[in-house]
This record gives sequence, C-alpha cells and structure tokens, in this order.
Amino acid sequence: MTGYFTSDNRRRAVEIVGRYPKPASATIPLLHLAQAQDGWVSEEAMREVAELTGTTPAEVLGSCSFYEMFQREPVGRYLVNICDTLSCALMGSGELLDHAERRLGIGAGSTTPDGLFTLHAAECQAACTEAPCLQVNYRYRYRVTPEDFDELIDDLAAGRLVDEMPDHGVLARVFQTVPADRAVGAVPPGDVEGPPAWMPAEEER
Amino acid sequence: MALVGDYLPHAPGFVAAGDRPRIVSERFDHPDSFTLDRYRATGGYEGLHRALRRSPAEVHADVRDSVLLGRGGAGFPAGVKWGFCPPGVWPRYLVVNGDESEPGTYKDRLLMERDPHAIIEGSLIACYAIGLSQCFLYVRGEMALAQERMVAALDEAYRAGLVGRRIGGTDFSVDIVMHWGAGAYIVGEETALIESLEGKRGMPRIKPPYFPAAIGLYGQPTIVNNVETLANLGWLMRNGTEAYLAIGSESSPGTRMVAVSGHVVRPGVYEIVNGTTTFRDLIYGEDMAGGIRDGQRLKAFVPGGGSAPWFVEDQLDLPFEASVVGPAGSMLGSGAVIVMDETTDIPRAALNLARFFAYESCGECTPCREGAPWLVQVLERICDGRGTARDMDLLGEIGESICPGDFPHAASEAKGLTAVPFPFKMTTICFLGPSAYVPVHSAMTLFREEFDVLLRDERELVLEPEPFEGPAGAAAVALGARPAPEAAHG
Repeated sequence: MTGYFTSDNRRRAVEIVGRYPKPASATIPLLHLAQAQDGWVSEEAMREVAELTGTTPAEVLGSCSFYEMFQREPVGRYLVNICDTLSCALMGSGELLDHAERRLGIGAGSTTPDGLFTLHAAECQAACTEAPCLQVNYRYRYRVTPEDFDELIDDLAAGRLVDEMPDHGVLARVFQTVPADRAVGAVPPGDVEGPPAWMPAEEER
Repeated sequence: MALVGDYLPHAPGFVAAGDRPRIVSERFDHPDSFTLDRYRATGGYEGLHRALRRSPAEVHADVRDSVLLGRGGAGFPAGVKWGFCPPGVWPRYLVVNGDESEPGTYKDRLLMERDPHAIIEGSLIACYAIGLSQCFLYVRGEMALAQERMVAALDEAYRAGLVGRRIGGTDFSVDIVMHWGAGAYIVGEETALIESLEGKRGMPRIKPPYFPAAIGLYGQPTIVNNVETLANLGWLMRNGTEAYLAIGSESSPGTRMVAVSGHVVRPGVYEIVNGTTTFRDLIYGEDMAGGIRDGQRLKAFVPGGGSAPWFVEDQLDLPFEASVVGPAGSMLGSGAVIVMDETTDIPRAALNLARFFAYESCGECTPCREGAPWLVQVLERICDGRGTARDMDLLGEIGESICPGDFPHAASEAKGLTAVPFPFKMTTICFLGPSAYVPVHSAMTLFREEFDVLLRDERELVLEPEPFEGPAGAAAVALGARPAPEAAHG
C-alpha cells in the first residue's frame, strides 16, 4: 500500500509513529502530513496512514471525517476562513463576509474557478479582541476592513505572501526533532512495570 | 538557531495593565520572549531545578497548598486533580490541553506563541511531581504559529538537556511529544481530547470515571492540564507557595488571563488578579478595557466564554471568584468576557452562539445532536419574523430536554429576577449540549421583550399546502431531509 507519501514524508511519518506508545495515536498528525503534501486528504493517503498506524482505512476515514480541517476534496491554494462567532460578529464579520463573497465572486463554502481561493465562514479562531479576524491557511489577519481584505487578496494572487502563507495544508513548517541521545523513547503501556526511576517506591500514591 | 516564525509579528492582543502583578505574562514585553535564551535570562527553568532538588511528594504538596485552580474552564484545583491517580498503576501520562476553542477565549494561544518554555517547564514539573512518564502537548490545529513556536522551543529544550533523558543529571527522564488537533471544539473536553490523542473521533467518554486520572490515555492514569495552569508552575516553584498565595483571594489565588472582546474601548487580553478583580474593573477600568465604546451603555456580557450564562449591569461588581459567580448564576469558564452594548440585537447574538454549539456538537448524545440544531432553526424563524409565541415555549421545551429542571441565570433588578445558581442538570455526557441552550436561555430570560417584538400571531402566518409529489417525495419527507447545521460551513 506504500507509494503515497514522498520518501521524505514517509521517513517523517515513521518517526512520528515511533513517538507514541501506540501507533494509532499518530493518525491525526499523519493526516496533516498528507494534507501538507497535497493540500487535501485522498483515499490513497488514508490507506497509507492506516498501514503506518496499524489501523484500517475505515478507521482512518472515521477520524478524518470527524475533524473539520481535513479536506477530503481539493480546495483552493488559499483557504480563507472568516471568523463569524460572537466577538467577531459584534464587530462586523457579517459585513466582511458579504464583502468577501462579492470580491471573490463566490459564496462561502466554495472555491474560485481558478482554484486559488476557498472561502469559509469559520467558527471562533481565538483572536476575539482583534475582531473581525480571518485566517489564510491558518495564518492570521486582525481587525480586517473590506479594504484590508481587498489588499490581502491582491497580494496573495500576485504571490507576494508566499513566505508568510504557505500553501493550504502546511501548518507548522518545522517538525519536532528529538536527538537520538536525548530521547527516552515511547514504550507500549503494557510493557511498563513499576514506577518511573525518579519516583521512590514508597511514594506510590 | 534560526528562530522559527520570527519574521511574524507577535499576535496583538495582550495589554499590560498598570503595575499589577504578572505571573504568566511576565515575559510578554520582550520581543524574543519565546526563545530559550530570554527564558533563562528571566529566571526560566530555575523552578524546575528547584523542584528537582526536592522529592516529588514535596513538589506535589506545594502545588496542592498553592490552591492553583485549573484555567481550562472547570476551575478544579490542579494539585487535587493530580492526587486522583490510583496508587501503583503505571505508566501515567500527562496531556497538555492546548486545544483552546471556546468563543471569546484566546489566552492559551498567546501563551504558546509568546512563552512556550513556561509551558514546557510547567509540564516537566507536573511529570516530576506525580511520576508521569510521557507528556503529550496537544495544540489546536488552527494555531500554526503556536505550533511552530512550541516545536522550536521543544527542540531547544531537548538540545539543552532540559527535556528527555536524565534531565539535569538526575533520574528524571521524560519525553514531550508535540501533537496537534484538526479543528474540533469538543476535543477541549478532556476525555474527548484523550480519544482524539488515541487517533479516534473526538467524542467524550461516558462518566464515571469523572477524571481521566483514573482511566485515561490507553486506559492508564492520565492528567490533563490546561496550558495556562501549567504555565504558572515555573513561577510557583521559583517564588514559592507563600508568594503565590499572597496574590488574589484565599480560595482563588494568583492571577488569570482574561480576554475582553466585543464593544469595549480597549479590547485585549489582561492578566488580572484572581478572586478580587471585579467585572467592573476589567470592563470599565482605565488601565483595562476602558468602558463601552462610542459612549454607549452596557446591555449584557458573557462572563466566562460562550458556554457561560450572561450577566448584566447588576453583576458588574462581582469579583472573578467562582464561589461568588456560581451562586450568581454563571461561571468563570476559561477567561473570556464578551461585552455587548445597547446596539446589540440580542436574539441574533443568542442565535450566533447557539449556531456555534450546534455546529460543534460531536453527535454522540441525542439531546445535543438533535436539540442544538433545533434551537438554531427555531431561533432563525424568530429572528426572521416568522416565529410565534409557541416557538418561545418550544425553545424552553428543547432546553428542558437537554437540561431538566431549573436553569441558571443572573438576577436583574430591573426585570424583577432573582438568580438561579450554576450549574444545571443535564441529559448529555458533556457540557456542550447545555452550552447550546445557555445563550438562548439567558437571552430569553433577561431580554424577553426583544423576542416579543419579533413574534407574529399564528393566524397571520398562512401556510402554503405542500404539493403532493407521489411516493418518492413522501419517502424523502419521511426520512427527514435534515438540514445541515449551517450550510455556510465547510
């Protein structure tokens, strides 16, 4: 079933799986890795994630379909999420969303014909004091006016923000690296006997 | 090393308020607050090294004696929670809850972006004190910069010998694994968080056991602590329990981060003194939010995030103290105050929050899965001017099916209402279902007149008969072409 992940990503995936006491725990991180590779999560990707995590493709689909961030169909290069929850709504996110729909010529939930932008009305994005806020591929813009929005779209379309806003699917651009001589290593819970070394035996509270 | 994301400006939002004591935001004024160098230069990891010179039991006792309350929402004392691990059952795990998603709340994101080492240090102290042999740092999926900062800090800490094998040359060894979510509000609930960390759909587990300290990750004892809770521990170990207890009130010591959003002059995240700061201080204080914008008057405010019953002017002088706010009909939740001025359309504000919870319902419990979208439909009907008095009763009935009995609300002298204390009874596994009813009930109880003007007489609403479409059409109706919670969401 191998062949979906690039060799770099495959190596990374194996490393991630190895950090957990049970491989299935790596399901969400590996789905993110797939989405970072392709911008969305294909069935082929899910099959390979299942193989890597010792689960079934159905289980991976079950998890994948639960979480909103995983796109099971291609989306635009830039996913524009305009927050529409209370703090932003009080500060004019409705007007911003209307403006965005007109500017991009699409309704919320759809993608521009050139495949560049997908627009969503999103749930609270944790920038409530900087309302209305939006995220492009999970990078923030705060207190966004319609003029700011137009400028942002122009900049993205012209490729002026590629450094700040990587393509859809890429979250953190750094991956945790644990030096081999520093790692304790993950142990399946059933293989652990007794308290860890620093816990005095009499302190088994 | 190259500092990841250092070309990105810090998230705005934090506002230093006067010369009030600062614990978790103590480094926020430094532009490089997220680096190991700055962290160490400002006392970082001193607390860990002090802890390592003492026995785990002594460290645990210190945290228990400090009455450090959990900052994730429930406000349960962290040291007591730690004590719930059953004796002799190993391994035990730590899960750091950084899946912050409550409407109005975003202190944890600021902490992860600006002071990631404080979270690492706090996690290490917790692991040391109660023998947790591996730590998983669960960061909300939508927070890309927080993930980058946490990863960069973890890499620095590993290389400096602060995380991993034989920390500080002692027997203490623990890995911290960076993990990240994928957009599900419910995963902030600690048992759902554990399910998610096991790779599954993030649905809350049936209680009891009430605490994953009994049965958690992989069925093992697991402590789930909020990011802000853990960020206090380095300071606590460095400065001691007495210094901590000297700030705030006896039952709510220390400080807490509170985001004030909505219609205020200076929205921002403020570190306030716990237990003694009042809502009036926070909303109207000259060194804090500075009052209502544009000279307007306050209409209502959410005191503790989208799940918290609303307060009005009558409650402005209450302090951030759970033992006061609970009997007054609400909760402090996760440090989020959302202010609504008199221009606010209250039914639509309630609809906005109800829609959030309906959308985020995980679908596990029927009263929430069915009830929350139903609340939304009825509210939409009312807001669109198609509602009747019977719809108001219907909202109450749906609420009753999620939360039987008296539902908490605030007192209002103007409306002649006395408070019904928090919490509620519930027919669901977790608090999400009741949370969907919270804004609806608060709005209906405190601002009934705003609904009344929208209601129509039933006789005015002429129903068009449905055209008969034969057996196929009938089947579609019988199967219930249930509308999606909100078509606008992807």
